[in-house]
Amino acid sequence: MRWRGGGGAGGFSGAKARTYGFVFSFLLVPLVLYVVFVIGPYAQAFYISLTNWKGISATPTFVGMENFTRLLGDEVFWAAVRHHGLLLLALPLVTIAVALFFAFLLNIGGGRRGRTAGVPGSKFYRVVYFFPQVLAVAVVGVLFQAVYRPDGTGVLNGLLALAGIDPVGWLIEPDLALWSIMAVLVWQLVGFYVVLFSAGMSAIPQDVFEAAALDGAGRFRLFFGITLPLIWDTIQVGWVYLGIAAFDCFALVQVLSVDRGGPDNATTVLPLEIWRTAFTFSKFGYASAMGVALFFLTITFAALSLRVTRRERIEL
Amino acid sequence: MADTATTTETVRVARPPRPAGRRPRDTPGVFGALSHVALVVWAILVIGPILWTFLASFKTNAEIVGDAPLALPQAYDWGAWGRAWDKAHIGRYMLNTALVVGASTFLTMLFGSMAAYVLARYRFFGNRAVYYLFVSGLAFPVFLALVPLFFVVRNLGLIDTHLGVILVYVAYSLPFTVFFLSAFFRTLPTSVAEAAMMDGASHTRTFFQIMMPMARPGLVSITIFNIIGQWNQYLLPIVLLSGAVEDKWLLTQGIANINTNAGYEADWPGLFAALSMAILPMLVVYIIFQRQIQSGLTAGAVK
Repeated sequence: MRWRGGGGAGGFSGAKARTYGFVFSFLLVPLVLYVVFVIGPYAQAFYISLTNWKGISATPTFVGMENFTRLLGDEVFWAAVRHHGLLLLALPLVTIAVALFFAFLLNIGGGRRGRTAGVPGSKFYRVVYFFPQVLAVAVVGVLFQAVYRPDGTGVLNGLLALAGIDPVGWLIEPDLALWSIMAVLVWQLVGFYVVLFSAGMSAIPQDVFEAAALDGAGRFRLFFGITLPLIWDTIQVGWVYLGIAAFDCFALVQVLSVDRGGPDNATTVLPLEIWRTAFTFSKFGYASAMGVALFFLTITFAALSLRVTRRERIEL
Repeated sequence: MADTATTTETVRVARPPRPAGRRPRDTPGVFGALSHVALVVWAILVIGPILWTFLASFKTNAEIVGDAPLALPQAYDWGAWGRAWDKAHIGRYMLNTALVVGASTFLTMLFGSMAAYVLARYRFFGNRAVYYLFVSGLAFPVFLALVPLFFVVRNLGLIDTHLGVILVYVAYSLPFTVFFLSAFFRTLPTSVAEAAMMDGASHTRTFFQIMMPMARPGLVSITIFNIIGQWNQYLLPIVLLSGAVEDKWLLTQGIANINTNAGYEADWPGLFAALSMAILPMLVVYIIFQRQIQSGLTAGAVK
């Protein structure tokens, strides 16, 4: 009774049953784990967001949209949303610009007359730039606390002192704190996008550059006229990735900012508020409502960027 | 840079005149020099803070809170490293993290590749539904699930246990692992597996002895992706391992906690030694496997 069919569906019914048994046995454990710990909680979150559940003993009471109407009047919630908006605009823009610049230098900019080559030592730079990506965000947060210390003992202020500039309160100035945190994100993320864009650039055929150089294109034309359009797809992928990262930032803000999201909520983000509302204040219904809001913000961003991507494809 | 530029100019003059239209315009010299400066500056920005942390672990408290943050340590004293390892429990946290991540990555790869293989290579009722169920997990922010997840784990009696963390890590790593690996399994040739089946190998044996070895490049990439992602996880440990079980904590939450306490206990060198200990193993592993790590982490984006 050996299985002799070709492909997935067996000839004999015994073989077919065995195939189904095999499929079932391979899917069972992963599917159970996934449904219990991922799908189940996601589904429950939508229900809990409609209750005023406050914790362990009290049973959740259905309150309809109350949490959401309260959210609309919640200043901290809007501060967090504003910060996501700011991150969504600035983080991808800065990271992609810096990464493109470096990737171009490392892959193409060092060559002459269209012979694309990186500057000397480009392999070393790529290795160094990528390293922060491997570090935990929590570790990076602690690291930058020493860099950003507000008095003369901070690394950055020590550098400023060399130039005769007074210490700056990187994390304690409300207008500056979010930018300081964003700079750390850029610091950590740039290397990843340098490697990503390098992969895209090395896929461009050599003759394209040679032909352009023969026609007299300089480095700027090589970059804006050829490289940029040809790796546009990769840049879009990067933009979506960074946009999604702009809706997270939990670990960095929680570890690095003053008073976790401070000063005075100047750096708070939704994930941090969700975590705090749930596990410090035990307002589980309200925290879930914030989770639902975060979900719709993320989905809206993803849908919009997919739409933009499609339009670009048609134009190309 | 300037030297090469002049040589090129000379060579160009020495050569016979090029046909019209072949006028390569170079902007060497200034551009090359400036771009090199930019590259060096960014390299210093990356290395600087990390190097400073290593050096600070050898300083005394007074040196760190003093007004010369850029000075080198006056003496190289390993005392802070010993304190961080024993008193601040970095050794324990690291061991915990290694155990949890080892187990969860192994199980993620086992279950993830099993599900991905079946979904990629077998036609059965509900295949697409199950596939999209897994992939849909990529669209949801984990923060949405946070509250119910905590109670699910608690009701199963797994809160404050490593088993709970391991199972949650596996479950949340499955969407991407299944998505990536099923695409990978689909690209592999079918003939070898069919030949094995003809020879009487069972489905299970074909999977473990034929398909898994063939899928090695994909498995390596995604294993690295999962190890680094799970090793660096911070949110799930602080939610699932409370302050009551400090001996079970993982490295990231331990470091964050030492950071919070360093000010009160006035042991800054201890903090930087702890930080160095968290960075050093990653640095060593990265230097050895940097090629694989770079391709593993960018694997998802390049597809």
